[in-house]
Amino acid sequence: MPTRRFLLALAATAALTAPAAAQQRVQIDFWHGLTQPLGGMLEQIAADFNASQQRFQVNASFRGAYPDTMVASIAAFRAGNAPHIVQMFEVGTATMLAARGATVPLHELLSTTGVQINFDDYLPAVRGYYSFADGRMASMPFNSSTAIMFYNKDAFRRAGLDPERAPTTWAELRTAAQRLRAAGVACPFTTAWPTWTQFEQFSALHNTALASQNNGFAGLNAEMQLTNPLFVRHVTTLAEMAREGTFRYGGRDGAGDALFASGECAIIHASSGARARFAREVPGGIANVGAAFLPIYDDVQGAPRNSVIGGASFWVLNAGPNRPRSRDELQGIAEFFRFIAQPAVAAKWHTDTGFLPVTRTAFQLVQASGFYQQNPGADIPARQLLRGEMTPNTMGFRLGNMPEIRVVIQEEIERVFQGQQTPQQAMDNANRRGNEILRNFERANRS
Amino acid sequence: MQKRVIFNNKVLPYLLLAPQIAITVVFFFLPAGMAVWQSMLMQDAFGLRQEFVWFENFQRVIVDPNYVSAIWVTIVFSAAVTALSMIPALLLAVMADRHIRGATTYKTLLIWPYAVAPAVAAVLWLFMFHPSIGIIGQGLNTIGIKWDYKLDGAQALLLVVLASAWKQISYNFLFFLAGLQSIPKSIIEAAQIDGASATRRFWTVILPLLSPTAFFLLVVNVVYAFFDTFGTIHALTQGGPGTSTVTLIYRVYVDGNNNLNLGSSAAQSVILMIIVILLTAVQFRYIERKVHY
Repeated sequence: MPTRRFLLALAATAALTAPAAAQQRVQIDFWHGLTQPLGGMLEQIAADFNASQQRFQVNASFRGAYPDTMVASIAAFRAGNAPHIVQMFEVGTATMLAARGATVPLHELLSTTGVQINFDDYLPAVRGYYSFADGRMASMPFNSSTAIMFYNKDAFRRAGLDPERAPTTWAELRTAAQRLRAAGVACPFTTAWPTWTQFEQFSALHNTALASQNNGFAGLNAEMQLTNPLFVRHVTTLAEMAREGTFRYGGRDGAGDALFASGECAIIHASSGARARFAREVPGGIANVGAAFLPIYDDVQGAPRNSVIGGASFWVLNAGPNRPRSRDELQGIAEFFRFIAQPAVAAKWHTDTGFLPVTRTAFQLVQASGFYQQNPGADIPARQLLRGEMTPNTMGFRLGNMPEIRVVIQEEIERVFQGQQTPQQAMDNANRRGNEILRNFERANRS
Repeated sequence: MQKRVIFNNKVLPYLLLAPQIAITVVFFFLPAGMAVWQSMLMQDAFGLRQEFVWFENFQRVIVDPNYVSAIWVTIVFSAAVTALSMIPALLLAVMADRHIRGATTYKTLLIWPYAVAPAVAAVLWLFMFHPSIGIIGQGLNTIGIKWDYKLDGAQALLLVVLASAWKQISYNFLFFLAGLQSIPKSIIEAAQIDGASATRRFWTVILPLLSPTAFFLLVVNVVYAFFDTFGTIHALTQGGPGTSTVTLIYRVYVDGNNNLNLGSSAAQSVILMIIVILLTAVQFRYIERKVHY
């Protein structure tokens, strides 16, 4: 039976050539830390890149939340099989920068491969966070967020507050919270990411340094400046509000989000990336969710400034100690970065997720599309980020082992809310413990 | 003399021991040795640069006030978990040992929680005691008890103790029951004939005969509280609020995994190893003497 034989042969050939064709593609492993639905959207971008050309194959896979992804990739590096690209949250930046020999700086990648990306188009706050002191890029910005204030318009109406006018200062916020409380709202105000929103963003908005050496940008010998009266004053405000029942501590990291999403809390300081979740979960939907700038103390000179970014960037890793990447692999990584830098990709990511439009062109693209008219408040994060002129205090943070410092600050303010110590003691302790962490990091990374 | 006749081959005994020794070396001595070595290094996260610092990591750990507080938390936690898992287990075992209808069903149900993984057990407790979504947490707040284990350190500690102890009751129950069933009926009957009341029989006859089991369980439970409660703490409180539920083992994880400070983490695990060696030695040396076999 010749036909059957022919078919068999055909099948055999197909079976042999299919993996061969796949193997010809240069494999690029890409580990990310985004849960669903965001993770799926990111993997779709990788799939689109794979479909757009024949030479490279980017394999995106989820490795747990940001801290887990960071630890997993570092362990993989030590074992000699690190991923080519890893998504690293912004506070891991200093750790990655100090790891010379483990990472390939972005500017080096681009000059080796001859791929060009116009970084002048990136928002200054985004570009500054991920570049060296001399302005050359260290990692590839992608999903950036910033902290803003969300409020429940329904709750505002019930308390007789204007649902279209959010408080702009801490004094106004407190008055509004007291009226909400009087109107029977059990939780007038809470916050997600306590360290990020109430210390990092807070310090930038007030043009106040969180640490010396330009928040660590100028050197590893930075020291925490948490004993600044402004921070003590702010913790005092939060502690007083907690006592009078107008502020509820919602827990560490993103735990506070749930309190606003359920409709229990009326005001929250949260990541702009939480917008999609709030639109879906808050009773009354997006029409009931107001967005506004973070409040300030208006008697502080120089306030308000721009907020800083959060989110993550993409880092290029060597395979292991003394195991550099091949030319082909570098080329594939650079091509993938060029792909995600396209304004259309950045704009779609912004409108789909609530993360920032990272380039000006993408921002203009979205403005022109009328998206902000249909989604009032969606441009608040970008506007807050572009407000005023950037100073060394508002560029971001480059502190070693910053995730650990974040936890320390959370621990110390939790003790204040429990009534175990005063705000002054909390800031003294956090400052001392933060400095110990910085000195350890400085010592371990001195070359 | 006779032994030499049986094992006249000098190699054979070592050969027979070899698999066990190999396993002990690979899974215990080697990792333990590496931990000791690592504890004297100061390294960056990626392992690119390292410095040999002798005992500096230990020195830093010991003077850290947060480490001292973790020691206290661990002592309170272990004592509470051991007491709260052994006493109810003994009570339940004594009850289940009697002739009652459906005894097998009770026994099966009592053993069930042991099959639940620590993290899953923790989530069960979280769903009951969460101040805003937990049914008991909400209930407590409704009747005027200010319950929020995310803000109140004592409440957080209580919750992780309860969750950890609950899981261990089944295990203890099983051993106590077996211990009770192995006590000869004749002794109890003899005591009965002598006119001893039920309470007296328990304290003077049953309990002393049960003491080997109780002693074994004491060791096992302390070790459990020290090492196996990580999942429960991680899922429920992650050490918070403040550092009120950070036990020694949880700190090893936080410093090694989250903070990437491997030297300090290794030093802490070596300290932990020494503590457990001492604890076990003390238990066997002093407490075992008083145990009635």
